[in-house]
Amino acid sequence: MVLTNWLNQRFTDGEPEIEVSAGTVRQLIAELDGRFPGIGAELEGGMAVAIDGEIFPDPFLEPIRADSEVFFLPPLEGG
Amino acid sequence: MDIEAPSYKWVGTRPVRPDGIDKVTGRAMFGADFSLPDMLTGKILRSPHPHARLVSIDVSKAAALRGVKAVATAADIPEIPVDNAFVGDAPTNFRHWSSNVLAREKVLYDGHAVAAVAATSPAIADAALALIEVDYEVLPHVIDVKDAMRDDAPVLHDDLFTAGVEPKPDKPSNVAKRVEFTLGNTEAGFAEADVVVERAFRTKAVHQGYIEPHAVIANTAEDGQSQVWCPSQGHFMIRAACAKLLGIEISQFRVFPAEIGGGFGGKINPYLEPVALLLSRKSGRPVKMVMTRAEVFRATGPTSGAALTVKIGALKDGRIAAAEATLTFEAGAFPGSPVGAGCMTGFAPYDITNVKIVGYDVVSNRPKCCAYRAPGAPIAAYGIESVLDEIAQRLDLDPIDFRLKNAAKEGTKAAYGPQFGKIGCIETLTAAKDHPHYGAPLGPNQGRGVAAGFWFNFAGQASAAVNVNEDGTAIVTYGNPDIGGTRASMAQIAAEVLGIDYDKIRPIVADTSSIGFNDITAGSKTTFTAGLAVHEAAKDVVGQLRERAAKMWDISVDAVVWENGVARPASSNAGDFDPLALADIAAMAGKTGGPISGHASLAATGAGPTFAAHICDVEVDQDTGRITVVRYTAVQDAGRAIHPSYVEGQMQGGVVQGIGWALNEEYIYGSDGRLQNPGFLDYRIPVASDLPMIDTVIVEVPNPNHPYGVRGVGEVPIVPPMAAVTNAVASATGVRMTELPMSPPRLLAALENGS
Repeated sequence: MVLTNWLNQRFTDGEPEIEVSAGTVRQLIAELDGRFPGIGAELEGGMAVAIDGEIFPDPFLEPIRADSEVFFLPPLEGG
Repeated sequence: MDIEAPSYKWVGTRPVRPDGIDKVTGRAMFGADFSLPDMLTGKILRSPHPHARLVSIDVSKAAALRGVKAVATAADIPEIPVDNAFVGDAPTNFRHWSSNVLAREKVLYDGHAVAAVAATSPAIADAALALIEVDYEVLPHVIDVKDAMRDDAPVLHDDLFTAGVEPKPDKPSNVAKRVEFTLGNTEAGFAEADVVVERAFRTKAVHQGYIEPHAVIANTAEDGQSQVWCPSQGHFMIRAACAKLLGIEISQFRVFPAEIGGGFGGKINPYLEPVALLLSRKSGRPVKMVMTRAEVFRATGPTSGAALTVKIGALKDGRIAAAEATLTFEAGAFPGSPVGAGCMTGFAPYDITNVKIVGYDVVSNRPKCCAYRAPGAPIAAYGIESVLDEIAQRLDLDPIDFRLKNAAKEGTKAAYGPQFGKIGCIETLTAAKDHPHYGAPLGPNQGRGVAAGFWFNFAGQASAAVNVNEDGTAIVTYGNPDIGGTRASMAQIAAEVLGIDYDKIRPIVADTSSIGFNDITAGSKTTFTAGLAVHEAAKDVVGQLRERAAKMWDISVDAVVWENGVARPASSNAGDFDPLALADIAAMAGKTGGPISGHASLAATGAGPTFAAHICDVEVDQDTGRITVVRYTAVQDAGRAIHPSYVEGQMQGGVVQGIGWALNEEYIYGSDGRLQNPGFLDYRIPVASDLPMIDTVIVEVPNPNHPYGVRGVGEVPIVPPMAAVTNAVASATGVRMTELPMSPPRLLAALENGS
């Protein structure tokens, strides 16, 4: 999974790409929070997620495959 | 998902919209058309100051005025604490919206609501407003986004610290947030580039410009149950917002969707609705509130003005080597500009290895900015597509060929990170190049510009029902306000699944108590999301029709198929029965199990992104600076157009709004921080006589995640126009305009300066 610059500067010592084993977005966030305490609150705070290119503005239980690429993105809204 | 073969009876056709007659005859009920017995008039007192501390508000004289039935201030609504500012995971900060609906402690812009009254007549309401005594401690203000970032700028919020930077700042700032997206190494990319162009641009705040002003009626009964009638882009959102802002349970009120006279993102959020509901609950009477046009301009919308820099480097062969952009967006009085989306969309049409985009969300003493069609994307595209045009010129490349050489395709890693699935970027650019417009000769003082655009498109939650009537007609019920013709699209989808005529189906937009939750009509999601719910609800009906036919024939349901609107035996082995039409089965419903009613509630996923390519011809009057758009062609991937006329309408509307943004529209503030042009006479939106017919080309690269291949269509058409017009002006004059709007005085000055 890939984090934005600010998140990786703050939580992962500048590493933007992290290998995580998780079956859903919820599990992914929990796993990350275990490794990087505090990041879970940031990721749950209204961020969108792109899983294999598809954007989910309000993610929670979306499935993640073993080879999925996941991006956390700023909150998005349309007009 | 397998996309159904394109041999449709109703999908892709152009039937008359069910609400069309009412709207062209004036019978349709918009927000201001409603009235109720014993109705009061609600009005709002607004701040004349752009920034001031509210020392005191004395409403006693107003409350004592004969005919005044209720007075309200922020003291009448609960203060929402920081840690309870959000509903679920929605990005809307209700603490901020609470302070926007009725100012608390400070007013932050000219027009900020301070107090409200409800009275037995408009005149008494006006008199009551005049009796409210507000003691303002006027504070220094800041309007311009760059000024607001200065260290010595007046700070709007003492508790606002820039997010997205490390270490966390130790003093408050008007910069609410910094975002950054990077791919590859731009420094190395620029070092390889043969041509590098860097430009700075400015755009002004513009309003969504809907014709219908905000309006609402709220009515509360003795048992505390309330009803609200209002236009909005989502009556479920209005319900959620009113409940949150007033601290009441959702079950205590019901919101009815009035017809909506345009929204474009500006009617997503609450303004009058919670105030009218509050006044109604205080007075026990119906309260009607309608904004004046000046109130609409001063206190609702607009979208961000912005300052941006764009730097792009390319190789001689036309490949983009590196690209950087910095976008600084006005958020208005509270954080929340669409700078994130601007950062993510600007380079999205292109396959670029080295990209860096930085965005800043900045508050200043303007109305809280609101979504506006593809929020953020037109501003980013304006700068980026302008620089791309200049690079194509320097490399002596055709501007569409240049874009095609770099165009994103399936598998391309978007500039904001993820890989694209099936997309139609190349197809739209190719269709634009092949259009007769692109090769048509130009006249004197004319120029041609092109630009591309991208929008994500979103999905969301939807509920729908399809109820079969006893005579074989059907009612489709869903819960999204119909802004762009979705009643027709929903009826077409149901007709396609059921196999009955479009005219046999009546689509209804239900109130919040008559259907399950539905997301807002925004994000280009309604035909996709609500359409999926209607599709599933209609399939539910088909399953029930097969079951009823099986009962009537006394055979297994597996032995019944539904084809072209009739039930048939699946094969000769199932028996020899005459087909049963939907009306035949409906007539027997009472004897075969009761009413036939299909339902679907879902959280849709798989909205496919979309791309657009626009061609614009302008003619420039060198003596006056007036720019006239003489020809315009918009090409767009719709995935599959359910109702092509309404797709074309969305494309034309988006283009016209983009042209207005490019040529004339802007919020103008005086040195006193007050808005100088809050009316359509001084805020110039394009009218029909200003423009040629906007030609449209619908490209269809089906979205693999939808049964018909639908992609959202409502937002991307506003993305390219500002750049397309600017590039056309550069072609006509040789002058590259880097500030919008390109109003006659501004262009004339640039022509005289030669820059």
